[in-house]
Amino acid sequence: MMNSLTLSHVTKRYDGVTALDAVGFTVAPGERVALLGHNGAGKSTLMKIILGLIPATSGQIEVLGAAPGSPSAREGTAYLPENVAFHPALTGLEQIRLYLRLRGCDPAQAMDLLSRVGLDDAARRRIGTYSKGMRQRVGLAQALIGQPRLLILDEPTSGLDPVSRREFYAILDSLAAEGAAILLSSHALTEVEARTDRIVILSQGRLMANDSLSALRRRAALPIRLQVSARPGAADRVAAQLSGGRRNGVMVDLTCAHDEKLTRLGDIAAIQDLIDDVEIIPPSLEDLYSHFSRRDDQ
Amino acid sequence: MTALLRPVAALGATEFRIALRNRWVTITVALMALFALVLSAAGSAPTGDVGVDALSVTVASLTSLGVYLVPLMALLMAFDAVAGEVERGTLSLTLTYPVSRSGILLGKFAAHLAVLTIAVGVGYGLAAITALATDPEAVTGLPALLRLFWSSILLGAVFLALGYALSSIARRPGTAAGLAIGVWLALVVLYDLGLLAAVVADGGGVFTSRALPWLLLANPADAFRLYNLAASEATAAASGLGGAAQTIPAAHALISVLLWPLAAFGLAAAALRRVTP
Repeated sequence: MMNSLTLSHVTKRYDGVTALDAVGFTVAPGERVALLGHNGAGKSTLMKIILGLIPATSGQIEVLGAAPGSPSAREGTAYLPENVAFHPALTGLEQIRLYLRLRGCDPAQAMDLLSRVGLDDAARRRIGTYSKGMRQRVGLAQALIGQPRLLILDEPTSGLDPVSRREFYAILDSLAAEGAAILLSSHALTEVEARTDRIVILSQGRLMANDSLSALRRRAALPIRLQVSARPGAADRVAAQLSGGRRNGVMVDLTCAHDEKLTRLGDIAAIQDLIDDVEIIPPSLEDLYSHFSRRDDQ
Repeated sequence: MTALLRPVAALGATEFRIALRNRWVTITVALMALFALVLSAAGSAPTGDVGVDALSVTVASLTSLGVYLVPLMALLMAFDAVAGEVERGTLSLTLTYPVSRSGILLGKFAAHLAVLTIAVGVGYGLAAITALATDPEAVTGLPALLRLFWSSILLGAVFLALGYALSSIARRPGTAAGLAIGVWLALVVLYDLGLLAAVVADGGGVFTSRALPWLLLANPADAFRLYNLAASEATAAASGLGGAAQTIPAAHALISVLLWPLAAFGLAAAALRRVTP
């Protein structure tokens, strides 16, 4: 299957500063890829290069089988810029009608698009009266125009409340199910965790990781935490038996490598009379993220 | 509608709606109407002395007014056009749609020019009605008024395009507003003062006879004023500047009036092309 987006050795230099250094990855149709990185890691620059808004210094980029910014690439690509704010004097409905006309679509679809992002009640109010989250939804509504085959979303859920985020990812899931490729950047790692198929980590313009979450977990081999709750009064004995650290009156904390997990669980099972419960806590995406984005500095 | 013009029409319609909402249409129309009526009232008094019709007198006054007011209104409408979109983040978004940069500029230009045309049309129209009501001879001044009308639109077009160029260079609305006022002062006010000072210092020498006509033609505001005064004897007489206007042929001034909008739009398009969204 042909990839919706192919990047290889993409490099961008601005007067002596290397913003992107030989970045390469692909996004296949129906795939949801999260682009993670600190502020200034090069996420927005990379997105603008993919959209053809700024040229790359070197490297190859193929967007829907065409050059970035070419008519056929623009035709099938939707973009949501970071912190987009529309003209305050227009209503949401007027703004979406404009974008529909620019894509050559029927402006009458505007109301449907706005109700899809939950803005039907505010559609006829001026954007100047909208909250940040509502403006973000206008941005999302325009990104849904004309069944895009590639979506480039820069911090799409910033300013959205938890319920809206959930609705937003539900919309993305249905787009991906219809075959759209999605590349989104985010700071909210926990929401990306469950909602994307692959994770790309950029640090100082370099690609540090590009894999599924479970593969990244295996590669990072970060310690797993076992949280053991002892029965009343048994915490000291449990801590001594398992040579773990006592946290409070009942909890004992253990850490172990991925391949020691079963052995440790066996140890715990051996003294089960003393134990009330066991919780296995895998490394979080935050842990993985700092592992992969810091690896270079060492 | 062709694929090229469709986005221009959509952007233009939206921009016109914004101008209506921002009260730009109301402000410019009210301003032009007010000044035109005041000038008509003042112009209808001294008709007998100069020996020209009431409308020609009014056209002479409107020329002096238009040269200040039309560029100012145009710059005030234009300064936010690019810088505002950069600040809101909508320029990069619009550029990912199948629209060219000059298409975006053309849409805004069409809308702003329509606003200016309405304002100038209402103002000059009121002046014509007032003059015709008080002086039956005023009909003879109509061609001059019509000339003033379309040349005012062209003058407005020049300063709209200059405003877009400044807006692209500044990239921030505040800076763009400051630059717009600066350009207005420089081209409309200070330029003439500078030339006047040079003429006085020169004392009728080579500068006055050789360089001055070209320097006047090089400024769109001066070319506009010269063209309107030189093209009609009655207007020139009414303005009391007959002598000065006649040293430069009307055709030369007309060429400057026609070329400036094209040059300014080219400049604006080039400036927008250099903006990194």
